[in-house]
Amino acid sequence: MLKKRIIPCLDVRSGRVVKGIKFENIRDVGCPVALAEYYAASGADELVFYDITASYEKRKSDYDFIKQVAEKINIPFTVGGGIKTLEDFDLVLKAGADKVSINSSAIDHPLLIQEASKKYGNQCVVVSMDVKRIKGEFKVFTQGGRNETDWEAGKWAKEAVIRGAGELVLNSIDEDGMLQGYDLELLNLITSKVNVPVIASGGAGSKEDFKNVFQRTNVDGALAASIFHSKKLDIVDLKEYLAGLNIPVRLL
Amino acid sequence: MNVILDYGLGNIKSLENWFKRGNEELIISNDLAVLNEAECIILPGVGAFEDAIKMLEKENFDQVLIRHVKKGKPLIGICLGMQLLFDASYEKGYFKGLGILKGDIVPFQGDFKIPHMGWNDLKGDAFYDGKDVYFVHSYYLSNAEDCVVATVDYHVSVPAIVRKDNVMGFQFHPEKSGSFGALILEKIKEFKNEILSSN
Repeated sequence: MLKKRIIPCLDVRSGRVVKGIKFENIRDVGCPVALAEYYAASGADELVFYDITASYEKRKSDYDFIKQVAEKINIPFTVGGGIKTLEDFDLVLKAGADKVSINSSAIDHPLLIQEASKKYGNQCVVVSMDVKRIKGEFKVFTQGGRNETDWEAGKWAKEAVIRGAGELVLNSIDEDGMLQGYDLELLNLITSKVNVPVIASGGAGSKEDFKNVFQRTNVDGALAASIFHSKKLDIVDLKEYLAGLNIPVRLL
Repeated sequence: MNVILDYGLGNIKSLENWFKRGNEELIISNDLAVLNEAECIILPGVGAFEDAIKMLEKENFDQVLIRHVKKGKPLIGICLGMQLLFDASYEKGYFKGLGILKGDIVPFQGDFKIPHMGWNDLKGDAFYDGKDVYFVHSYYLSNAEDCVVATVDYHVSVPAIVRKDNVMGFQFHPEKSGSFGALILEKIKEFKNEILSSN
């Protein structure tokens, strides 16, 4: 049976992991490779690196961390953040990433989804969506949640998949950082509209939140950052808990 | 020497890293002379079947691979590289494959999620059975003749590992399959040594 994926997300700036990582047993908590190895060894099914380096300050060497991570870890990983062109896809994939995640650029240039999926295959193209409730409707936002678009989330999800997205990541702006659980209503809406894997993101604060998202929606994986980085929840423990509830997970 | 055939498609870097982590030497090449001398060829591939087979044919790599197998030397196909070993594919049309193994590549069809993406457990002998490995594919092997070693269930029974004589193939990504993937590399080394020592 296909397993539900647990996916830690790491924010990277200029090749270093940033934001609230509390690991005492890792010598350099800013090092993407050390953290990637730690998470891979503790049972993460996949990793996401979100590059928050502003475009104007980005240099090609900032992608070196991808090469280093690819050399060391033996699970798949996705890189997102600031990917705007096919050349960006090329750089990231050649450095060794398995998938590329696009967000605002997919909305601004939907052709990028087609071009990238044609060139590299649908399985490489992840469309990440930032969604917020506006007057009872789920609306897609860009620019890190600053800009409301005309897209209703379900419609954009379908559009992205028609254009070649092989996977969707649904970030709930309302739930992000609230640690009160994933937005189950949003996830049920999206999984009813598309037939590609869907990953939940935003809101995980306890192991029960993972239970709920897997028992009450049809998502394929759950992504989280702070709950793992703060060491509030260990992936080994989380997976044992989920397995005890007959939720299919990969155990080490 | 192990040679990864670099025909312009596939996440070769990941395969190279996997071999390096397993202390197994390899080179990446598209040089016909190097390929002709290779002990073992690894055929990678990510993307569309049509693009891949055309690129192989354009450079005569198809003939190199067929000769390599006829000489009794080990060949290993991974993901799309495995699919290319078979007679034909119905991926967005009909395309002839290398025809080294018998079977067809067909699309998943039904009201379920495609691609088959993520960790899924193998059905096979004691070594493979129950082990989770990482899959990413939208097409699968059907009508295979006496080569399936292990399968995986994804709405249908999908061949996951094939082997016939000196040819082996993996539908999933052993290089991305965690610590079990490292054990598969050991199996590949055994397979290779067994074939080479019997020649």
